[in-house]
Amino acid sequence: MADLTTEFLGIKSPNPFWLASAPPTDKEYNVRRAFEAGWGGVVWKTLGSEGPPVVNVNGPRYGAIWGADRRLLGLNNIELITDRPLEVNLEEITRVKKDYPDRAIIVSLMVPCEEQAWKDILPKVAATGADGIELNFGCPHGMAERGMGSAVGQVPEYIEMVTRWCKENYDKPVIVKLTPNITDVRYPARAAKAGGADAVSLINTINSIVSVDLDNMAPQPTIGGKGTHGGYCGPAVKPIALNMVAEIARDPETHGLPISAIGGITTWRDAAEFMAMGAGNVQVCTAAMTYGFRIVQEMISGLSQWMDEKGYSSTSDFIGTAVPNVTDWQYLDLNYITKAKIDQDLCISCGRCFAACEDTSHQAIAMSEDRVFTVKDEECVACNLCVNVCPVEGCITMEEMAAGTVDPRTGETVSDDYANWTTHPNNPGACAAE
Amino acid sequence: MAARHQASGVQAGRLSADAIAENFSDLHPAFDAHEAAVAADRCYFCYDAPCMTACPTDIDIPMFIREIQAGHPEAAARTILEQNILGGMCARVCPTETLCEEVCVREVAEGKPVEIGRLQRYATDTLMAAGVHPFTRADATGKKVAVVGAGPAGLSCAHRLAMHGHDVVVYDRRNKPGGLNEFGIAAYKSVDSFAEREVDWLLQIGGIEIVTGRTLGEDLSLDSLCSEFDAVFLSIGLAGVNALRAEGADKQGVRDAVDFIAELRQAEDLSALEVGRNVVVIGGGMTAVDAAVQSKLLGAENVTIAYRRDRDAMGASRFEQDLAASKGVKLMFNVQPVAVHGNGAATEIELEYTSNQTGTLTGTGETVRLVADQVFKAIGQTLEGAPEALALDGRKIAVTGAGRTSVDGVWAGGDCAAGGDDLTVTAVAEGRDAAMDIHDSLMG
Ligand SMILES: Cc1cc2nc3c(=O)[nH]c(=O)nc-3n(C[C@H](O)[C@H](O)[C@H](O)COP(=O)(O)OP(=O)(O)OC[C@H]3O[C@@H](n4cnc5c(N)ncnc54)[C@H](O)[C@@H]3O)c2cc1C
Ligand SMILES: Cc1cc2nc3c(=O)[nH]c(=O)nc-3n(C[C@H](O)[C@H](O)[C@H](O)COP(=O)(O)O)c2cc1C
Ligand code: SF4
Repeated sequence: MADLTTEFLGIKSPNPFWLASAPPTDKEYNVRRAFEAGWGGVVWKTLGSEGPPVVNVNGPRYGAIWGADRRLLGLNNIELITDRPLEVNLEEITRVKKDYPDRAIIVSLMVPCEEQAWKDILPKVAATGADGIELNFGCPHGMAERGMGSAVGQVPEYIEMVTRWCKENYDKPVIVKLTPNITDVRYPARAAKAGGADAVSLINTINSIVSVDLDNMAPQPTIGGKGTHGGYCGPAVKPIALNMVAEIARDPETHGLPISAIGGITTWRDAAEFMAMGAGNVQVCTAAMTYGFRIVQEMISGLSQWMDEKGYSSTSDFIGTAVPNVTDWQYLDLNYITKAKIDQDLCISCGRCFAACEDTSHQAIAMSEDRVFTVKDEECVACNLCVNVCPVEGCITMEEMAAGTVDPRTGETVSDDYANWTTHPNNPGACAAE
Repeated sequence: MAARHQASGVQAGRLSADAIAENFSDLHPAFDAHEAAVAADRCYFCYDAPCMTACPTDIDIPMFIREIQAGHPEAAARTILEQNILGGMCARVCPTETLCEEVCVREVAEGKPVEIGRLQRYATDTLMAAGVHPFTRADATGKKVAVVGAGPAGLSCAHRLAMHGHDVVVYDRRNKPGGLNEFGIAAYKSVDSFAEREVDWLLQIGGIEIVTGRTLGEDLSLDSLCSEFDAVFLSIGLAGVNALRAEGADKQGVRDAVDFIAELRQAEDLSALEVGRNVVVIGGGMTAVDAAVQSKLLGAENVTIAYRRDRDAMGASRFEQDLAASKGVKLMFNVQPVAVHGNGAATEIELEYTSNQTGTLTGTGETVRLVADQVFKAIGQTLEGAPEALALDGRKIAVTGAGRTSVDGVWAGGDCAAGGDDLTVTAVAEGRDAAMDIHDSLMG
């Protein structure tokens, strides 16, 4: 069995699966149960300053989208940071950390953008014995209107400033949690690094309205006839998070900055993908909120089985290995030519590829009287749409054309030389090939 | 209780009323909204879908399923009913395993088709439960059409004609409309008086008058209909039955399966219905299966279907055969009846094994005797009461095109007309198409 022990910023945990800062980590009772279930660490639900805690709405907080069998695909929430007193949380953190020294406990924080506020809270957090802090610059609702959360996370200068305050007033690792509600995630990541952050974690939730109640003409969840935008998470956000993680992992300015990946992680495979894309560990929220804490067992066994199959003995063997293969469009090889191929033995003759290609793409699939579907190589541009709409996995594949053969669509001989857009004759800005 | 169960001879009350009610409950219970959503999600929305081609009424199946997916079962129902006004009954009785679901790409690929029939029922039931009749009549044309036979063919024809603004009178020799929907279909396929409710719902279109208790060839003649109406549609089904050529076939306890089924369908109290302890059904079609299964459900101890050819030749689909077997009915193949024994009332039936080696069915001489206090004849229905003026094609009314008979102004469709399978859905399709042809020729 592969060893899943992970060291992230020097913090050891028995596996790379942490619970993200959210309701699952809002109190001692939950966190103890999570550790019993096998989670490697938790980021405690975000704490605010001392004083009367925030209040949540008393109507519904969540909205969702589902598949036909009610599989939850995306969750939206308008919950705020912890609504329990600071002292209670700190006491609980201290107790739990003492009882679970081998698990990671990170304390998520969100206090006003004034140095004193941070100076006040950081010693108290340090006293709990927790392994580090995570700065919540991400919440897109409620807190942002008070100048916190994503209101900070959207201004790189603030990120840098607050991070620096924390580094100056706290000894242990500081993780900066980024909001995806920006146009280019590299800027806040660079700011975090500039402020001295030990790591970034991402993504927090995405601004969203999941649905509109068409009877009451109000966004959902609806509270007294009104709704507001919330934060989107769950399986639906994974592709967005994955791209943002990749952007930071391959940005020369932040390359090497540890990343804790969050966003739609539901199974071991999602975790493996994020880690291959440069994340040192992963955090999970919605999957646990949907299925309960026990899912971590599937994640543990799935990841170690896969690692065994691949011959990886430790997570560090594969972390970041996909990063070098992420490039910009302009560097993709234009001489790499494929054609769709339909496996007639697997084809069930539904004709979806035909409808898709004929109606919306390149008219590259022929349909015979007796419902045999074949690709017309002379029309196929290899867009992959047919593969994506085919209900049978593996039925339509993209076959690479060998160098030396002639592409019937263009009449040109396939070359195995690498050639990209930067040198393409159609590119007005092309630089001559060297 | 055991004693009643094992009482010999033809007896009522073999099972408790509760057991009978349980036995005759819905064969395929209705989907609830969530089940329908999950079942609908399995549809791939195939291009030029094979299921559509397989449906005798050409329902746009992928479209109606998509409408269910999108949360509009009433719209789905409309899509169905536009093509097949008895889509509710067809959803219950169509042998989908040999029609739409047989060619569903998921049946071919996985042996598990999209459950088209049950989805169709979900859609049509939703609409009917809302009391909505989604069609209205066109402006009155002043034309009058007579329909003889209020089964699925006649009702479908009448509805389509009424929709186009014609006035329709439907005659039937029975005391109730519905044809075999009301008197033939197995009880567990059409529970809660569905046939009757569907007819009431269909008639909401208006412009259709039902006249029961009138029989063509007795108190109704084709000539008078032709002179009184602008067109006539005949949908009289197959009112006769083939005779059983076996010694002793007139003994007490030997009965036509269709009569037994009709009585069963009309029974107020099924526990008052008589059935034998040892029942043998002669035949191999849906009627044979229905008579056998329902005998079993009424509490008969041993029920055997005796069919003269092999399994593949059986008219009842494999699904129907398996249904019978699952209820404890025994299926015997390659046997034909030679005699019914008993002193006045049947006690045994003698069957002879058959062989089909030469291409014609012959008895091998080897016989077997089964205990039988009740014998049902389910060896086919025949045309009865067709006006002499009409040319026949084999034993049915000859038709060309959309049901045109040899007599001008007279159309025919459903079981009584040549061509097509003897199925409810085929009858609906033929009635509808004849209506369109009648409409075109009246207005053209
Ligand atoms: C026992 C049984 C079970 C069946 N099960 C199924 C099934 O599960 N699925 C399926 O698809 N099909 C089934 N069928 C076949 C299906 O019922 C018929 O194909 C269908 O009903 C034919 O419709 P129709 O309108 O042509 O005739 P019918 O339904 O037979 O209607 C004919 C009507 O004409 C009336 N009539 C007859 N003669 C005269 C006359 N001289 N004057 C006035 N009126 C007259 C009759 O009273 C009747 O109302 C079954 C048939 C039987 C017998
Ligand atoms: C109900 C709810 C409350 C959340 N509260 C917090 C919070 O207090 N602090 C924080 O940093 N993130 C919070 N998040 C965001 C999650 O930690 C996480 O970043 C996000 O849900 C994406 O991960 P997922 O797709 O696994 O859920 C919350 C998410 C949810 C669903
Ligand atoms: S890859 Fe695109 S162009 Fe080629 S056959 Fe498939 S859908 Fe058509």
